[in-house]
Amino acid sequence: MSDAVPAPSAPMVRFDNVAKRYGALTVLDDLCLDIARGEKVSIIGPSGSGKTTVLRMLMTLESINDGVIWVEGEPLTHMQRGDRLVPAAPAHIRRIRAKIGMVFQSFNLFPHMTALQNCIEAPMTVLGMKRSEAEARAADLLDMVGLAEKKGHYPSQLSGGQQQRVAIARACAMRPKIMLFDEVTSALDPELVGEVLEVIRALGREHDLTMLMVTHQMGFAKEFSDRVCFFYQGKIAEQGPPAELFGAPKNERTRQFLNAVLEAG
Amino acid sequence: MIWDWAFAFEILPLLAQAAVVTIEATVLGFLIAAILGLVLASLRIAVPATAWPISVLVELIRSTPLLIQIFFVYFVFPKWGLVIDAFAAGVIAIGIHYAAYCSEVYRAGFDNIARGQWEASIALNLSSWTTFRDIIIPQAIPPVVPALGNYLVALFKETPLLSAIAVLELMQTAKIIGSQTFRYTEPITLVGAFFLVMSLVSAAGIGALERHLNRRPTR
Repeated sequence: MSDAVPAPSAPMVRFDNVAKRYGALTVLDDLCLDIARGEKVSIIGPSGSGKTTVLRMLMTLESINDGVIWVEGEPLTHMQRGDRLVPAAPAHIRRIRAKIGMVFQSFNLFPHMTALQNCIEAPMTVLGMKRSEAEARAADLLDMVGLAEKKGHYPSQLSGGQQQRVAIARACAMRPKIMLFDEVTSALDPELVGEVLEVIRALGREHDLTMLMVTHQMGFAKEFSDRVCFFYQGKIAEQGPPAELFGAPKNERTRQFLNAVLEAG
Repeated sequence: MIWDWAFAFEILPLLAQAAVVTIEATVLGFLIAAILGLVLASLRIAVPATAWPISVLVELIRSTPLLIQIFFVYFVFPKWGLVIDAFAAGVIAIGIHYAAYCSEVYRAGFDNIARGQWEASIALNLSSWTTFRDIIIPQAIPPVVPALGNYLVALFKETPLLSAIAVLELMQTAKIIGSQTFRYTEPITLVGAFFLVMSLVSAAGIGALERHLNRRPTR
């Protein structure tokens, strides 16, 4: 295993010719994408364009068929042996994965644990934090997402928006450098979307996080992100600053997609 | 008179002793079944390569009579140098037999866990062991407690099979009393009544446990 120190110039995340296939179906084709430290990148596109797969591969929820994903200059699911890359040992994957957190469309809170317990489970068992310390931090994080007084509630006693905010606090409790948001407002009633987006906005403002989000909230993507990538049929069809991509899309597919989405309201 | 109360009271102490053996066999047998069943079901998930051999083993055990398995452990194992006394052989055979059923119950419990729970555990970097202990087991077990309880009662009611290898449990004791006194009515009836009462008590206990487990909001 190489003990090379990651170059400071290395991007936070690099997808290097990454491909994902299910049998004959190619979901992602030769994906190349660099994400800089602290950058906020939104991924948009029609369903089936492979956008969620990008996040799931980075979180190691999906294997990749080709290419290499790099995190701070280190391969995620590979290890360097000599000049070759070999499949990584689980310990290596866990070490790199510790830099990444994820928030899911369907929250995926642990239903048998209270909001607070959800937020201390991983810090205690993975980071080895003492209960008192983990609880203090979790209380701070729940306060940050505006749920300080709900810490003793079970997920079933919370609204969708509240559950998703707990999920964000839970992910933050592991102090990731990279946060992935996978359509985090899609399962919410419309009136609850705002409170979740507000939390993400605050997170981006106050923390030095690299953020990668798949979203259908075009307004939010436009206002929040540094860069927007439009995926179409497993490829990045167009990417650029939100003002450009939304204001003057160059690709015909992008135009069609944005028109369809904006018409739907 | 067909029923002799004096005789019934006379044999009661003997039957009470035998009842202890029956209960011991039930508790130990179910302990093996519950633990081994959980190990089998977990192994199936944790090590996919074991899934096929385990399902063959489970099918084999479920598709052959318990009595044959008891005989097998007691009479055939010694041929391979594994000599076990009758009680232990009986408990092991019953335990393994019901482990096969329990493993299927646990499997149903695991299958009911949403994929998102596993994925959230990966995203939080929990180890496989922590995921299992803290996330999966606490959600998978409570819903299957009634099914496990049913197997406990079923196992209990099958312990008379141990009389076939002369374990001095209730049935064997009743048979011995009958053959010595030529009175079968009282011992066999009392044994039946004992099983009835214990089964009803167990069912009530399981119901209470179920209500206790469901009190905590889960979903």
